[in-house]
Amino acid sequence: MNNATPLLHVKNLHVRYTTDEGTVHAVNGVDLVMKKGETLGLVGETGAGKTTTALSILRLIPDPPGEITSGEILFDGHDLVPYSAMKMRKVRGNHISMIFQDPMTALNPVLTIGDQISEVIRLHDRLSRSEAYGKATRMLELVGIPADRMGEYPHQFSGGMKQRVVIAIALVCNPLLLIADEPTTALDVTIQAQVLELMQNLRTELGTSMMLITHDLGVVAKICDTVAIMYAGEIVEYGTLQEVYNNTRHPYTKGLFGSIPKIDVRERRLKPIPGLMPDPTHLPQGCSFHPRCPFCTDQCRHKKPENVLLYGDHFAKCYYAEDGLQ
Amino acid sequence: MNELRAHEALPESDRMVRRKKSQLRETWRRMLKNKASLVGLTIIVLFAFMAIFADHIAPYHYDEQKLEDAFLKPSRDHWLGTDNFGRDILSRIIYGARISLQIGLISVGIGVAVGGSLGAFAAYYGGYTDNAIMRFIDVLLAIPNIVLAISISAALGPGLVNAMIAVGIGTVPIYARVVRASVMTVKEQEFVEAARCIGAKTPRILLRHILPNAMAPIIVQATLGVATAILAAAGLSFIGLGIQPPTPEWGAMLSAGRQYIRDHWHIVTFPGLAIMLTIFALNLLGDGLRDALDPRLKR
Amino acid sequence: MHRYVLRRVVMMIPVLLGVSLVIFTMMYFTPGDPARLILGDTASEAEVEALREEMGLNDTFIVQYSRYLKKAIAHGDLGTSYVTGRPVITEIVARFPTTMLLAMLSVIVSVLIGIPTGIISATKQYSIFDNMAMIFALLGVSMPNFWQGLILIIVFSLHLGWLPASGFYGPSYWILPALTIGTGTAATITRMTRSSMLEVIRQDYIRTARAKGQSEIVVILKHALKNALIPIITVIGLQFGRGLGGAILTESIFSIPGLGKLMVDSIKARNYPVVQGGVLFIAVMFSFINLLVDILYAYADPRIKSQYRRRS
Repeated sequence: MNNATPLLHVKNLHVRYTTDEGTVHAVNGVDLVMKKGETLGLVGETGAGKTTTALSILRLIPDPPGEITSGEILFDGHDLVPYSAMKMRKVRGNHISMIFQDPMTALNPVLTIGDQISEVIRLHDRLSRSEAYGKATRMLELVGIPADRMGEYPHQFSGGMKQRVVIAIALVCNPLLLIADEPTTALDVTIQAQVLELMQNLRTELGTSMMLITHDLGVVAKICDTVAIMYAGEIVEYGTLQEVYNNTRHPYTKGLFGSIPKIDVRERRLKPIPGLMPDPTHLPQGCSFHPRCPFCTDQCRHKKPENVLLYGDHFAKCYYAEDGLQ
Repeated sequence: MNELRAHEALPESDRMVRRKKSQLRETWRRMLKNKASLVGLTIIVLFAFMAIFADHIAPYHYDEQKLEDAFLKPSRDHWLGTDNFGRDILSRIIYGARISLQIGLISVGIGVAVGGSLGAFAAYYGGYTDNAIMRFIDVLLAIPNIVLAISISAALGPGLVNAMIAVGIGTVPIYARVVRASVMTVKEQEFVEAARCIGAKTPRILLRHILPNAMAPIIVQATLGVATAILAAAGLSFIGLGIQPPTPEWGAMLSAGRQYIRDHWHIVTFPGLAIMLTIFALNLLGDGLRDALDPRLKR
Repeated sequence: MHRYVLRRVVMMIPVLLGVSLVIFTMMYFTPGDPARLILGDTASEAEVEALREEMGLNDTFIVQYSRYLKKAIAHGDLGTSYVTGRPVITEIVARFPTTMLLAMLSVIVSVLIGIPTGIISATKQYSIFDNMAMIFALLGVSMPNFWQGLILIIVFSLHLGWLPASGFYGPSYWILPALTIGTGTAATITRMTRSSMLEVIRQDYIRTARAKGQSEIVVILKHALKNALIPIITVIGLQFGRGLGGAILTESIFSIPGLGKLMVDSIKARNYPVVQGGVLFIAVMFSFINLLVDILYAYADPRIKSQYRRRS
């Protein structure tokens, strides 16, 4: 693989869902770059289009009602959007894997976990049934579950254990890219750290790049190299962890940081971002954040801002990004 | 990031209140959007209209016999032909709508009243009462529906009222279960607790507070139940129980026409079509109602 | 698991006792004097009274019921047919295999039609196939099966002359009755399969299977169907009961000498011991089928299976 080509390059991706209630513009021109071995944090509120973006990369948007209307998804230099169903199947689980939000529902209740891990091996590796089973067993042990539990069913495992099984399924074929969609939100706080650590360790060991979808800025600070902030189906700010956290340029990102309670400053009230995410069936004209933005001007109301390139790769979708805010 | 959720939560509860207020209108709106259930509703209104104004619509009286006109094929004078007594089949079907709809509604009424109160009491009192009632329901459920209706009907003897009772009792277990299940869920909610705290009496709590909130599944089940009841009653008449000739009940017409099928297909075809169309319409309406009342179930 | 089955069998006993009591009570209060029925109108009042005494009809309700129950449990004796004078149980056992065959054939027909149709409908939701299948299924549910039987006879026996209209002597005789009962059941199974599949298809684990790179056919047939089958099994069991009930009407249309026809004839002849025994017998069979379904259910769903394992 050529090191110069990014592992993943999403260009101007648009996804919409057509429903009875109207057309939902879920993803509106997302641009993303991920280098090999890198961990990207995709951050945003519920409904910002993070999961839709992730599912589009695997081409798993339920169609109908969902549809990729335009854009390119370059994976290792090849555009996945025009791939046939058969070609795409060879990518899924093999080159790109995904961990879903809720481990309680992500495993098939009527199949043993041994079968479920072996299945993905049998699909992508030329191994016999027993070889695949052996490999699955080793993977299970690698995620910290004793081998004698291979024959058990998902309901016999706790939430944290199930997520470990899901991680085993996702990583057993050594994918180049792992997409983890809020992998710890459904877990107990005490388990969250363990699962994150496990993912982080395995990932480094296998050299897998990871896209971590979350709304926990603390987690991002701990494990990500780059950060993308998503709002109403767009990446509003993107850059290295350092840049985005220390040199925040988009008012929405600012707002996100402002709404975290700080341990060293005892504030009387938290500062939530006023207002609501816009209804994705009726996005506002101009900058989609303008109705909630404290710095909003006439220009913001009428014309969508373009990406403003700042230091290095750091960019923000705001007219006033260069000026800094205040 | 709990704050992100916190400020979303408020308008969400606001939306809930608005939703509750216009639930009826919302249900109606969703019903109207569902073309299939509209078709069902239209057919049923048509049949109801036929039943009510049978005297004015039917070209002949249902019992008007003209032996010289027996077994006529469908023609301009007799759109659906005549039967073995020379009676006009269309007229008998129109009058038959009266009987069938009546049976459907009344036997479902019996089923809902008896089964519903059994289910409501079982769920409300729980414990021993619940156990006793539900074991009795288990006994009834051990006999297939139609067999239960047939044996009750056999015991009570023929006749319209007995058929209604037989079919009605046959459906008691279904309503008992549906009502019990929905009362159980509603019973645990806080407003019932609140009503009890201000000293409301049991029947009042059941009727004023619990039942209205458990209504949706009962309405759906009852709509579908009218269909099942009409079918069951027609089945009873078909084997000679239930409604007796010369009453123009659709099942009885089939039963009487059965021996002539070799040469006169139209005698059994049209009454059967009438049954099928009614049941079809009721099923469409019932499915539509279910989707409208509980959009989560819609697929 | 064995203990679970045993416990379920034990639990059936009070239910079946209840069924016998309900049916006995109904027949007890049925107007008309059985003794008079047997002897006919010409018999004298004294003769009737003598027979009443002999049959124990003058005893109290409790005495009569416990005698009936005792005989039924001890000797399988459900009384004597008024018409033939033979034991009721003999008549039922002679007729039952026919009815059972008919019910089984119709369930097989309906499973073969219903499950594939339901699966295709669910995977191609709102397609032309789906819409057509749903309309046909709804028509199938709405068709009175005694009428459908008559129409099938008119078309296939009387007009086309392809299939016999009455009797039950071999496979060609089975087709029309099995179709008559099977259409309604097939329609119900189609609808159930579709909605169950639709429910399962949108589950997260189906997405997981797709994310593994599994092909759509395997996702549907392995991952989805295995889960969707669990509620479908229950419906199939219930349809079996409906098949037994449907046989009552269908058998008399096609003159099939089964339990259903026996019961209809007995109702017409007011031959109450046979009616009573027939209903009781059907209830017993129905309960056993439901038990079988519950056991199958437990095997299909590992969550339930391990529950019982832990309990026993």
